[in-house]
This record gives sequence, C-alpha cells and structure tokens, in this order.
Amino acid sequence: MMPELGHFALILALVMALVQASLPLIGSFTRTPAWMALARPAAWGQFLFLAIAFGALLHAFLVNDFSVLYVARHGNSQLPVIYKISAVWGAHEGSLLLWVLILGGWTTAVSLLGRRLPQEVLARVLSVMGMISIGFLAFLLFTSNPFERMFPAALEGGDLNPLLQDPGLAIHPPMLYMGYVGLSVAFSFAIAALIGGRLDAAWARWSRPWTLVAWVFLTAGITLGSWWAYYELGWGGWWFWDPVENASFMPWLAGTALIHSLAVTEKRGAFKRWTVLLALLAFSLSLLGTFLVRSGVLTSVHSFAADPARGLFILLFLSIVIGGSLSLYAWRAPGITRGGGFELLSRESLLLGNNLLLVITCAFVLLGTLAPLLYDAMGWGKISVGFPWFNTMFVTFTPPLVLLMGAGPLTRWKRQDPAALLRDLRLAFALSLAAGVAAALPWLTGSPAAGVAVALSLWLVLTLLTALWRRLRHRRPLLRALRSDFAGRGSRSWYGMWVAHLGVAVFIVGVTFVTQFDIEKDVRMSPGQSIEVGGYRFRFDGVVPHPGPNYRADRGTVTVFRGDRQVAQLHPEKRTYLVQTRPMTEAGIDAGLLRDIYVSLGEPLGGGDWALRLYYKPFVRWIWLGGVLIAIGGLLSASDPRYRLRVLARMGSRAAQQALAAGGAA
Amino acid sequence: MTPARRKRLLLIGLMLAGVGVAVGFALNAFNQNLMYFYPPSDVIAGKAPAGHPFRLGGLVSAGSVQRLPDGLTTRFTVTDQVKSVSVEYTGILPDLFREGQGIVAHGRLRGDGVFVADEVLAKHDEKYMPPEVAASLKGSHDAATGTAP
Repeated sequence: MMPELGHFALILALVMALVQASLPLIGSFTRTPAWMALARPAAWGQFLFLAIAFGALLHAFLVNDFSVLYVARHGNSQLPVIYKISAVWGAHEGSLLLWVLILGGWTTAVSLLGRRLPQEVLARVLSVMGMISIGFLAFLLFTSNPFERMFPAALEGGDLNPLLQDPGLAIHPPMLYMGYVGLSVAFSFAIAALIGGRLDAAWARWSRPWTLVAWVFLTAGITLGSWWAYYELGWGGWWFWDPVENASFMPWLAGTALIHSLAVTEKRGAFKRWTVLLALLAFSLSLLGTFLVRSGVLTSVHSFAADPARGLFILLFLSIVIGGSLSLYAWRAPGITRGGGFELLSRESLLLGNNLLLVITCAFVLLGTLAPLLYDAMGWGKISVGFPWFNTMFVTFTPPLVLLMGAGPLTRWKRQDPAALLRDLRLAFALSLAAGVAAALPWLTGSPAAGVAVALSLWLVLTLLTALWRRLRHRRPLLRALRSDFAGRGSRSWYGMWVAHLGVAVFIVGVTFVTQFDIEKDVRMSPGQSIEVGGYRFRFDGVVPHPGPNYRADRGTVTVFRGDRQVAQLHPEKRTYLVQTRPMTEAGIDAGLLRDIYVSLGEPLGGGDWALRLYYKPFVRWIWLGGVLIAIGGLLSASDPRYRLRVLARMGSRAAQQALAAGGAA
Repeated sequence: MTPARRKRLLLIGLMLAGVGVAVGFALNAFNQNLMYFYPPSDVIAGKAPAGHPFRLGGLVSAGSVQRLPDGLTTRFTVTDQVKSVSVEYTGILPDLFREGQGIVAHGRLRGDGVFVADEVLAKHDEKYMPPEVAASLKGSHDAATGTAP
C-alpha cells in the first residue's frame, strides 16, 4: 500500500510541477497576477508530495518491504538503521528521487525567502525550476520508478554495497546534491533574467547568495568525499581524478568562476553576458555530472545500449536544457547593455583572468573525463587518461591563479595605478619568494615543488594580511576595529573572501606536502616484528577475529613508537560482509595536524604473517582543513546582511528610480 | 582606433595568446598520457607498444596465482580465453583480486614478455566485469566459434 501511495504522490508532484512551470510563466507575460501567484503554492504542493514519496520509499526500507524491487536490490533486514536510511539514495532510482526532493526544497526556499522579489521575476524563476523538476520526475516515472514491485517478493534484500556503509558516505551524496541542485537556482535566475531582458546589478545581487550557498554545499560535499575515500578505501589516496569525482569537480570550478563573476556584475555592472553564460554552464555541468555518475555511461558507452530508454531520455533532456538555454542566450544576449568600462590593470581584469583560468581548467577536466567515451564511440580504441595528465594540468594552472588571487583584493575596481600596486605587493612578493627558495634548499626539503607551494601559500597569506591591514590601519585599537568592521554592512562578504582564500593557502600546503613527502611501504610482517617508516617504529602484534553487526572481521593490532615513546595503537581491519561476501579494508589511522599515521591490512601470507601497508602522511589533514575554510568563507559571504531582501527592497526601489531616470535620459 | 578600444584589443590579444599556449601544451601532454587497452591476444600478437605503458585486462587464470619468495611479489596470468600473458605485481593486491576475477592492470611489457604492473584494479563486486574485459572476452568467444568477426 505505502509504495503505491509513494508512486501516486510522485505523479501528483509531476502534476504540480506542470502547473508551476506553465501558468506563472504565461501569467508573467499577460500580466495576470492571479496566475503568477500560483507559482508559490504549486511549489509547496510539489515539495509536499515529493516528501510523501520519499517518506514512502524510506518506510519501505525501514520495514524491509522486499516486494519493492529497489528495496530488494539494495536493502537488507540486517542493515543498521542509519544505513537503511542512506540505502534510499544508495543507487540510481533512489538517488534521483533525493535529487528532485532537494530541488523541491530549494524551490520552496526560493518561494519563501524571495517573496519580496518583483512578482514576475519570482514567477519566472519558480517556473523554470518547475521545468527542471518536470524533466526529472518524468525520468523517474517513465524509466526509473523506485516503487516498482516484484512478484514474488524476495525473502531477503541484496544489501547495500559495503563501501557505502559508512557515516561519511551516508551524508556525502545529500551534500553534493544540495550543491548540484542549488546551482539550478542560479540557472533559473539567469533564465528568468534572459526572458525578462532585465540583467542588472539587482539580478546579480538576488542570485549571488543562492549561488554562494549552493557552492558551499558543493565544496563541503567534495571535501567530505575526499576524506571518505582516504579512510575508507584502504590505500590512503584522497583524490583519484576518477570520472565520478570529476563530475562533481567541474560544476565546482564553473561555480567558483560564477561567484567571482557575479561579484563584478553586482559591484560594477560589468561581465553581464559572461556571468549569465557561467550560470548556464555551471548548472549544465551539474546535470551532466548527475547523469554521468548515475547512468553508468562512464564505465562504458555500451550501458546506453543496455538501457536505451534511459540513455535516450538523458540525451534528450540534456540537449533540451543546454540547447534551449543557449538558444535563449544567443537570442537575448545582444540586447544586454554593456556594463562599466575598466582599464587594463583593474580588479575587473584580474577577475577576468581568474575566470578564464578556472574555465580552462574546467574544460580540460571535461576533456579528460569524456575523452574515453568519445574514443570508444568513434571506434578509435579503448583508452583511459592517466592521472598524471590531470595533475600536470593542475600544477600548471594553479600558480597563475594564486598569483592573481593574491593581487586581486589589493587592486581597485575600474583603474589601478601600477606603481601603487607594486608598492603594496613588493614586500609580500619578496618575502614569499625568499621563503620559497629557502624551503627548496637541499638541507631543508630539497624539493622544488615544496618551495613553490611555500612561496604560493605565503604569498596568499601575506597579501591577505596586507589587505586586512589596509582596511583597519586608521583605526585603533586593532582588535576592536576588527570587530566593529566585521559587524558593518557589506563587510561580511569581504571577510568571507578572506577566510576562503586563506583556505586555498592551507589546501596548497596540504596537497604539496603530502604528495612530496609521504612515505608508503607495503611490507610483510610477522607478529612481534618491527619496521621503521618515516621516523616511526611500527610493531605488528598479530591479527584476531572480531565479529561485527553484519560482517566478520580480522582485526590487527599495530603499535606505533617514536623513539621509546608509544604514539598510538592502531586497529586496522579486514572485513567480510555477510550478504555480499565481499572483503573490505578498514584502515587504522592516527590523525594529527602535522601528520597522519595510516596502517591497513593486506592479506594473510600464512603462519600468522600479513601483508601490511604502513604510511606516513605529513600535512594530509590540511587538504580537508582548507576545504572546510573555503566552505566557511562561502557561508560568511552568503550571510552578509546586504543580501537580505528587506534591505534589498529598500535599495531596489532606489535602483528602480535610478533606472527610470536613466531610461528617461536615454 | 580609440585608446579604449586599443586597450581592449590588447587585453583580448594577451588572453588569446595565453589560452593558445595553454591549449597547445595541454593537448600535447594529453596525447602522451593516453593509455590504451589491450587484451592478452593483442599483446601476444605484438600489437601492444613496447616500452610505453598500457592497460592489460582479462580474467585471472585459475591456479595461476603464485607468490614469489620475497613475500610481496605476486605472479599470475591474465587470459582472454584464447591467449594468456604473465603478470608480475609487487605490493598489496586489491580486496577483490582472486582467480577467475576480471581485472585491469596498468604497467608495461618487460623484455621477457612479462607484463610488470604498477597498479591492479579489480572493482565493484564479484559479478562486475570491467567493460573492456567483457568486450574482449565476447570478441574472443565469437572468434573461437566463428560466429562473428
């Protein structure tokens, strides 16, 4: 009964989405307030029915209803409750349901927080979001129904993939989806603005906080995924340039370019066409990412053939969204007015450089991700793009990006005097260059890469400090000045930038140091034997069986010493999950700010001997610490009081008057 | 030409030059990092590049896995049911590595015809077959029975 209820709720949600997508849009052209006013209740209704559908699927997992095909495949009565919940989005159908549910949530949020927007703008934004929802709901209902029954019912479920039975991965997909779907708000604002032909600073100011929040979720989701891969996959890697990872990284790159470009549009009215294009691009990449990951196209183009309906639908949907929005853009873009001009050296041009670098990086990641597909489809052979290539790309484009990042906040809008900029930057430049050279010297690290990383990070930190000093230098005492400045209107977003850029500096140190100085040893050890790695002595104390709730484990004990002092006792495990009977490695990690010690079990080699991985990973935590700082910076920016609509409404009426006056003059 | 326009042109020119250099560089690096996939039959037939890394995929032959005396080097053969290639790998094999499992190995061919792997992948679950391996097995099956090219 419940599954049918869920199925029915899904159909009703589609009906609501149809209403939400059509009538308000028509009303916005015919200027019929009653039709436009339909957008908000339709969005709420849609969200309600989606919540009911999601609840029904969740219920099916919780009560072990194995007559539902999806539950029978991915659920199991022995699963701990938290993993019964996360199993809902553990595979294709359920994760799509989560996707539309989150879309419904974002739509509702826009309808509530955006009620002070001009009525036709809100109506158009909500109707575009309704159209996206129609696409996903139709895909769910016609090709991937999660409520499909099977007869006879299965006695027991096929279980959730053991890799996914982890708290980190239980919340990773929802985080990522919040980011993917959140970019649909920026997309919808852009489309609504293109439809209305009104692209101005007000538009940028409306869509900026939404874009920021979506980007924060994306950042947090990617960071979480990287951390999960590190501790769960058992070999200490934190990024693999796997297509699935690239699928989340591309929208992040486009989104990063977008939030910077939106800043220019909001402050200076420039880059309008470019900003719109980025908003379209960022969401198109999210869609591509969602489908690439979930359809299995990436492992082989032939999976399209295995399920032609899904493949065809995805291609059709992607081409409607991307093709449609680009056509609209091509039609409307010539009408967009030019923004404020700027000189060759100005904050605008530096931000343009930043955008260009981010978009190029994104394009190369896209090339590397899709090339194997393209080669296969064209019959040019089966290839894979080695991850050294991705690393080379990254190492090439990050330094210029960081150089710009340091100079940007110290550069004026519109026009910057080069001599003054040089004066501001020379100390930071000299100090970071000196520190970088010193760090690369043979008796310190002897690694040129580490030298570059130290120089770049220090450059960021010093320029950020310079910028902070310039902001506060005329006020005393400094600490109180900082507090009052932080509380001031319009400065929260500046401090957000400050924290996020600091996060990039931390991230660079983490990535470079762990790749340059980590020590990885695969060894054979007998109980009682000791081996020294990276200045630590690892003593293997044998392996004993250790039962878990739905798995059997072999649990090892490794005691780690530094000199004579015991540093840690680690318990790496080798688990065999009972239902899917697949082995899993659970690493033993002693985490620290400056280094991680990482031990994982390989396989038994007979006579109590085991193959073990002993890793020493310096600064690895800084990678995720950087990600967390970047996300916090984004949140700070988004919480800037100037984005609150009550404030905006006041300023909006003033802007409208100005626009009227300008229009009258023209 | 107005000064403003000249400046804009200069900016655009600088950016185009930068993008051009970057793209050229990247595509060059791209070609060097492509790793092609070969089934054992192609390797035996000498189609795989010598000295250049590539990916070898197939099933781990039953009874072929043996550990060398150093304790961490494993030697096994990978087969597409027609031909087999010996593979050597030093280190810890993935959790799902076992005889009869479809795997993909990254590495290069040594002078004596042994494929020295620096990475062995056995993904997903025991039912999973790397798509390239599935395709090459299907191909060799068809060739053996004479049904299709």
